[in-house]
Amino acid sequence: MRRTTLILIPYLWLLVLFFAPFLIVLKISLSDAALSIPPYTPQLKDGISALIRELDFENFVFLTEDDLYWKAYLSSLRIAFFSTVLTLLVGYPIAYGMAKAPDEWRATLMMLVILPFWTSFLIRVYAWMGILSNEGLLNQMLMWLGITSEPLVILNTTTAVYIGIVYTYLPFMILPIYAALDRLDASLDEAAQDLGCTRTQAFWLVTIPLSKNGIVAGSFLVFIPALGEFVIPSLLGGSGTLMIGKVLWEEFFNNRDWPVASAVAVILLLILILPIVLFQRNQQKQQEAEQ
Amino acid sequence: MSQTVFAPWEDPDEKPLIRFQNVTKRFGEFTAIYDLTLDIFEKEFFALLGPSGCGKTTMMRMLAGFESVTEGRIELAGADIGPVPPNERAVNMMFQSYALFPHISIWENIAFGLRRDKKSKAEIEARVEEMLKLVRLEKFAHRKPHQISGGQRQRVALARSLAKAPKLLLLDEPLGALDKKLRQETQFELMDIQETTGTTFVIVTHDQEEAMTVASRVAVMDEGRVIQVATPAAIYEYPNSVYVADFIGDVNIIEGLASASGPEEYALNWKEGQAPLTATSQKPFSEGQKAHLAIRPEKIRISTERPDDTVNAMQGKVLDIAYLGNLSTYHVELPDGQVIKAQTANTRRIARRNITWEDPVWISWSATAGVMLDQ
Repeated sequence: MRRTTLILIPYLWLLVLFFAPFLIVLKISLSDAALSIPPYTPQLKDGISALIRELDFENFVFLTEDDLYWKAYLSSLRIAFFSTVLTLLVGYPIAYGMAKAPDEWRATLMMLVILPFWTSFLIRVYAWMGILSNEGLLNQMLMWLGITSEPLVILNTTTAVYIGIVYTYLPFMILPIYAALDRLDASLDEAAQDLGCTRTQAFWLVTIPLSKNGIVAGSFLVFIPALGEFVIPSLLGGSGTLMIGKVLWEEFFNNRDWPVASAVAVILLLILILPIVLFQRNQQKQQEAEQ
Repeated sequence: MSQTVFAPWEDPDEKPLIRFQNVTKRFGEFTAIYDLTLDIFEKEFFALLGPSGCGKTTMMRMLAGFESVTEGRIELAGADIGPVPPNERAVNMMFQSYALFPHISIWENIAFGLRRDKKSKAEIEARVEEMLKLVRLEKFAHRKPHQISGGQRQRVALARSLAKAPKLLLLDEPLGALDKKLRQETQFELMDIQETTGTTFVIVTHDQEEAMTVASRVAVMDEGRVIQVATPAAIYEYPNSVYVADFIGDVNIIEGLASASGPEEYALNWKEGQAPLTATSQKPFSEGQKAHLAIRPEKIRISTERPDDTVNAMQGKVLDIAYLGNLSTYHVELPDGQVIKAQTANTRRIARRNITWEDPVWISWSATAGVMLDQ
């Protein structure tokens, strides 16, 4: 009895906070846009039979007809992928440095990684606008140092989106990698050197494979939210950057087309579910193989 | 005896494999090793023994190359190894935690060092199989380290560190994680492997029994200094200081003032109003010099009546009996409150023994039973 209750709690959680909202979005995505409140038909008050009769896949078909959507999906995937790689390249050395730092420094370093979360995300992204704009801090400094004579155009380009995503999601990459490296027995590295590895070889043959779980977890924690990111591309990316989160926002608020917006969201979720499920199955297989 | 005794340290022409020359090691303000000079010879099984923090691990890490020498030099086969990085030293180490790579199989763990040497595939295979056979783990070759027991992991660590046939193998508390029974078995296994491979072993341990069992010579260390280097028997029978006598095994220490009473024989006035004790000593003591007489409990006899054939006898009362199964240790309190430990083998069944708590007893020992120490 107690076991059933215990198992029930997470399922109830999932049901209320994930599955029910998802069903609502799915239902809207199968509806038609209409001039009403809320702006779609059929609605629940029309009765179950009318509801079932009038639902169709029209919106999903529409998504395949207009190339804006699949281009936005592809562009999002590309931006999410490259920003994940960049975040890994920046985050790994930081996590490594933290794990190797003397004990008395670790709490401070950890604090420094988490500290940005204490300020509003929106304010931090606006701050980047101030840094990256043509008259911004970065360009002023570069010109004062004489590195460039003309201001660099960074704001409202994809580069600014990359900078924003790497900056925002860096802690999500650092923390799992740090956790993996911190668990690593320092004598493993010494043993590798003792058996004839140079420091670099020891790093690639021992440290990297043993922090793989942290790398994979961190990459997913960056890739998944980056794929649906809306605030960063709309504030830093300007009109030239195409990302699905922005398209979704425009469908919803500019066009007031809830059904198409919902269809975009459902597809986005399906795209995200695929790597998550694959990742989970891979982890499970590994665990089974190890037992 | 047909076999020659292995004792290269007694041969002045023998060149040591390792030579510590006035080695000092400091970590900031803290001095871990003070001006240490020590020779270790080829094929020795050398034990560094001491309490934690005595510098034994630092010495080992200097040999492996993980710590640099602050002053002095360390020679391996005549060459200074100071500037040689750990990966280029003909020295391998077996770590206390074993440090097996968890992501690769036992087979790959053993092959790890061989692969770094760019050996051919056939050579690597042959060597790994040989090592697996040496430690009797052929059946487990394709398991991962977490799929085998602690004792098996210990053997994998040994095989991995021996695979490259190092000139010197360092063992950092190699048996610390094993339970007592397995530890004892493994000690003999270690000795066998050391003999078959002919490798020089340097073992770090805080377990004196382990050091005594496996080592050809033991260095007893304390606070960054080597106090005594000798064979296990010499360390036990002829410790050079109260510290060593006390650290190795159980000992009774009786303090007194020495005065010569014959050739290499001294009378020790240990208490006013009591007959002086007689002890032999090759080390000379001046008249009235303070001396410590160290006697092992098993060299003290305990009896209910005064034995008439011994030179040293005292009366006391049994305070406590520690029954160890094969042995019993009697704690005998002398009239002045000092407690002397005497040990006897339990050759008779417990019910037939005639000494029990509170009994007045005599303890006695011969003149040669103890060692006189000046410090």
